[in-house]
Amino acid sequence: MEKLIFGRYIPGNSWIHRLDPRAKLLSTIFFIFVIFLANNWQTYLTLFIFVLTAVLLSEIKMSFFINGIKPMIWLILFTVILQVLFTGGGEVYFQWGILMITSQGLMNGVFIFCRFVLIIFMSTLLTLTTMPLSLTDALEYLMRPLTALKVPVYEIALMLSIALRFVPTLMDETEKIMNAQRARGVDFGEGNVFQQMKAIVPLLIPLFVSSFNRAEELATAMEARGYSGGEGRTKFRKLDWSASDTLVMAVFVLMTGALVLLRT
Amino acid sequence: MVMDITFEKVGYTYQKGSPFESRALYDIDFDIKQGSYTALVGHTGSGKSTILRHLNALNKPTEGKVIIGDREIISTTNNKNLKGIRKKVGIVFQFPEAQLFEETIAKDIAFGPKNFGATEEEGIEIAKRMLPLVGLDETYMERSPFDLSGGQMRRVAIAGVLAMEPEVLVLDEPTAGLDPKGRTEMMEMFYSLYKEQGITIVLVTHQMEDVANYANHMIILENGTVVKEGAPREIFKDEAWLESKQLDVPATVSFASRLEERIGLQLGEIPLTTEELADKLVAELNRKTAAGLNPFEGGDAK
Amino acid sequence: MNKIITLNNLVYTYNETDQRPALNGVSLEIEEGEWIAIIGPNGSGKSTLAKTINGLIAPDSGEVFIDQLPLTEENIWSIREKVGMVFQNPDNQFVGSTVQDDVAFGLENQAVPRDEMVQRVESALAQVKMLDFKEREPARLSGGQKQRVAIAGVVAIAPKIIILDEATSMLDPQGRQEVIETVQRIKEKENLTVISITHDIDEAANANRILVMQAGKLVKEGTPQEIFSNGDQLIDMGLDLPFPEKLKVALEERGITVPETYLTEEGMVEWLWTLLSKK
Repeated sequence: MEKLIFGRYIPGNSWIHRLDPRAKLLSTIFFIFVIFLANNWQTYLTLFIFVLTAVLLSEIKMSFFINGIKPMIWLILFTVILQVLFTGGGEVYFQWGILMITSQGLMNGVFIFCRFVLIIFMSTLLTLTTMPLSLTDALEYLMRPLTALKVPVYEIALMLSIALRFVPTLMDETEKIMNAQRARGVDFGEGNVFQQMKAIVPLLIPLFVSSFNRAEELATAMEARGYSGGEGRTKFRKLDWSASDTLVMAVFVLMTGALVLLRT
Repeated sequence: MVMDITFEKVGYTYQKGSPFESRALYDIDFDIKQGSYTALVGHTGSGKSTILRHLNALNKPTEGKVIIGDREIISTTNNKNLKGIRKKVGIVFQFPEAQLFEETIAKDIAFGPKNFGATEEEGIEIAKRMLPLVGLDETYMERSPFDLSGGQMRRVAIAGVLAMEPEVLVLDEPTAGLDPKGRTEMMEMFYSLYKEQGITIVLVTHQMEDVANYANHMIILENGTVVKEGAPREIFKDEAWLESKQLDVPATVSFASRLEERIGLQLGEIPLTTEELADKLVAELNRKTAAGLNPFEGGDAK
Repeated sequence: MNKIITLNNLVYTYNETDQRPALNGVSLEIEEGEWIAIIGPNGSGKSTLAKTINGLIAPDSGEVFIDQLPLTEENIWSIREKVGMVFQNPDNQFVGSTVQDDVAFGLENQAVPRDEMVQRVESALAQVKMLDFKEREPARLSGGQKQRVAIAGVVAIAPKIIILDEATSMLDPQGRQEVIETVQRIKEKENLTVISITHDIDEAANANRILVMQAGKLVKEGTPQEIFSNGDQLIDMGLDLPFPEKLKVALEERGITVPETYLTEEGMVEWLWTLLSKK
């Protein structure tokens, strides 16, 4: 079961691990925007240097990042091929109807590939070095202005953190029910698609039933403990913005400036 | 064919070869004979649940071998064709009511048999036969399992395992969460299955009273391996050893040793049930009475 | 003595299709500092009764007073600050992602300032001896440990009453022992009033008073000694027979006259001794 969670948090105490989750979340979001500023090799090189430095600082093995690309590889290749075949300009190497391979097209293909790799590395870095719960905290903080628009930010954050807390519980439960049904002669993951779909019913229904029961009991317990909605609560979890976080943001601003100057 | 289950030097390691590797069982040897009532005892985390999953090849040993009837399971055994074993060894997991999913009780009980090739009608026929075995009647057939009380749901789930007509029935703390009345009824139900249907029973439990009342074979686990195996009467004799393992003895046993300590009363072989203890006490009283009537043995009466 | 809980003629029916009410005229007074065990077979209304005490269930008729305060819409939240509850399933009441987050949950609800919260979480965890586990996730705790965290969550809000709603029924013997000992210790220290709903004879034996429920009514009450001397009827009250009672029943069946009163194991040994030496 454990292997299923791609990009899950790897406990550590590196400089990146210790950054405030808000700084990491903001950087990742900004990164996805500024990446569109890049349009030549100088700008991509700048971005690569930034990302690889961050990866090095995280003290996490490169293979974890490469693994992050694997599930996306077909999507990436498909996009790259489209780019290559449908972009005109520059020297033409090959043409067949509207399909052609040009120097500009190849260049664009390479850039698109780089863009994907950079985004995946950056988001994998975020999830590998930040506890899901801290991410929820960061999200809640950053979404706080939305409360003015009557968005139930606190409730959403609490829901997210409860969902995260119940992931292992439900995985356990899934395994237990699977074992019970296997003992009654079910073969999971065997036979054709139809048979497999059928085999999953005896797993899903008990899971739903127990999740509903859990939800009901949890709601009762929360009420008994005085929960009456997100308003007027204080928070136990606390985020600490430190100098390193400011530094990260400053580097980010500098890098954005560099990109603007270097792009063509 | 004889349905013995034998463990030979069995070890099991979770996620072997990965960084999350953890050893759950090692060096396990034991024999569960056909027709026995075996109690599997040990603290939480001692490896009971892992052993359980080896009894019907849901897990394969990473070391050693498990022999179930005429099948031998080792780490490289193919996952196909294990279904035959699952039909012969039925497992009732803890809180088995969690496995119910069909619209009607009849269909849920028929689910196992159908997986092993029974037709719809045969399955329903079997369900009809199984309900009385778990103390429910035919009026339940068409009801939804989700409308029942917790105890009744558990009975339906047990019927669903019995429906495969296993030769060995494995019970993982089957009375957990029930009230004392429900507990006694359920334990009596298993005992009559054992007596009347001749099913081999493997019971995982924390209740030494249940071991003393029903089992004739006992396996004690600690930290992933067997630390004692034998007849409950032999094992319960050694109170000090059990205490050192933080395991209880049945109340009758500790009461008997209290009697001996406090008033020097020796009852001979340790009493496993209240009935046995009462019999011994009555015999003792009668002996004393007889002795009291005999003027030459007046010295006893103090 | 201060009456901490007063229930007056409570009636409650879950829904119209139910033939009989879950609570059918329950009246009850509990003194501050008492340890009450409520026993009864499944479906007798024990849990329903417990849930009326902190307003999780509003009775159809009747009154509830907690610490002299009537339970109403307006003061339901202040009453919940006085009543902590530990439920049956250790997993389904664990709200926080880590031990300390969970203990803090009730304090967050009461808008306790963070500095104070940190202190109270620590001291509550120390009381249940779970301080070393404060950063642990619930998935890595045993059932008994999770229930101790739930107790810490209750202790942190400093209530006057703690209700254990079959809190030990899903635990192994070790876990059960841990939980009972923890409650005993904290009860003594904080002079809490404890209400425990249970099928466990050892847990019931801790009570000053046992209340027996049957079909939505309180049918009996007494000290553990009084209740335990009910012999075979105990089974129908949702308890097991204490061992000496079992032995008494077996001896009686064999034609031996046994004392009416409840005997502890110790008492049983004494009685057997006199019986054997008399002859």
